[in-house]
Amino acid sequence: MKSNKHQYLKNMTTLKLDSDKCTGCGICTTVCPHNVFELSAGKAGILDRDSCMECGACAKNCPFLAITVDAGVGCAFAIINGILSGGAPSCDCDGSSKKKKKKNTGCC
Amino acid sequence: MDTPAGKIPIVSTVLTRADHWGTVRVRLDIKRNMYRVTPGLYAVGSPTKDSPVLVTANYKLSFDMLRKELKKINAWIMVLDTNGVNVWCAAGKGTFGTIELLKRIYLTKLKSIVSHNTIILPQLGAVGVSAYEVSKKSGFKIIYGPVQAKDIPEFICNNFKATQEMRRISFNIFDRLVLTPLEMVHTWKLLGIMFVSLFLFNLAGGEFRGFMNILNQSIHNLLFYIGVVIAGCVVTPALLPWIPSRAFAVKGLLLGVLWSGFMLMYPQGFGFAAYSLLYKLGHAIIGAVISSYLALNFTGSTTYTSFSGVRKEVKAAAAPMLAAMIAALLFIAVSLVLLFV
Repeated sequence: MKSNKHQYLKNMTTLKLDSDKCTGCGICTTVCPHNVFELSAGKAGILDRDSCMECGACAKNCPFLAITVDAGVGCAFAIINGILSGGAPSCDCDGSSKKKKKKNTGCC
Repeated sequence: MDTPAGKIPIVSTVLTRADHWGTVRVRLDIKRNMYRVTPGLYAVGSPTKDSPVLVTANYKLSFDMLRKELKKINAWIMVLDTNGVNVWCAAGKGTFGTIELLKRIYLTKLKSIVSHNTIILPQLGAVGVSAYEVSKKSGFKIIYGPVQAKDIPEFICNNFKATQEMRRISFNIFDRLVLTPLEMVHTWKLLGIMFVSLFLFNLAGGEFRGFMNILNQSIHNLLFYIGVVIAGCVVTPALLPWIPSRAFAVKGLLLGVLWSGFMLMYPQGFGFAAYSLLYKLGHAIIGAVISSYLALNFTGSTTYTSFSGVRKEVKAAAAPMLAAMIAALLFIAVSLVLLFV
């Protein structure tokens, strides 16, 4: 399965890397589950943009705030929920919403 | 066992039949939101102050997945309060996050239990936890371990270094198939609504042929829609990488169209034979749209769809889906009316 990596829509990610702030610590290459980053010549670079799923782990763990991404869940149910309720996307998986009975579909 | 911070429960690394049965039940969404472990510190084996600390969520399935991999290992397990949600999803919401981790380090008096200053987090926890902030505020250094618990023994042997392989998330056919029962279970309400609608359509459709006949016909009709659900919830996830298009709505639509086409070719198998082509076409369209919608919903279960991507797909798919549904209902209504003209 490793050779045929799953591919989602192209050119969508909001991932941005500011090379001036990067010190090449490499934490982004550690936390990224999709091998988006690579280290070369003491700096991180974006190797595989289209594999980014905007989970936000890199931005959250970069001590130098060199990475920004509009992080969120890639879950249609959560996004539809957000549009319908006019709030933030939420899949209600933890029953945190007021409607306790509500069931989420899929995800978590 | 006794520690400077009080008694700490020792947990087994062998799952019992009850644990396995619980796993089957949560996969079917039976009391899934109740499947929790009390947050706090646990011991596996006979850990000492030098033993590693492994952090997980309080979804019992996550906890079980971790402890069953720790045979012959002495370690501490720190369970965070994530409202019974797994590590990755909870991290996405921030419940498996910096604040909860800091709070749990404090509440469990971890500093008095271990003499080292490192804690091991599952890599996917990085979505919610900021390692540098935790170390700044608690003095504990975070090491991100492998994505999957099964790699932990090797990771520990490897002097707490995860290989490239351990860092990448896989989503093979087995990973996907294990999720499908849950997707199916969530459609029972939809199928219930469909069944009632089909019954009413059949009731309206021409002369009254007796209750049992109408029921029988509706059950046959429902077989078509059960097939639709299987196309969207099982076949699409199973064949995911091999179905053309990157968009999930299109993948589901393709399979839905195939299934609807099959129904149009063999309408007698689904109790549609007595109806006009327009009526059958109406159901064929509804079937294709439902399959597309269910496939789009599977984005929430995948490991690689992005927020921006799914948002784009939802926005692009909503209008055509709605239009197709309205058209299909019109087809059905018109064909039913035509029966009386």
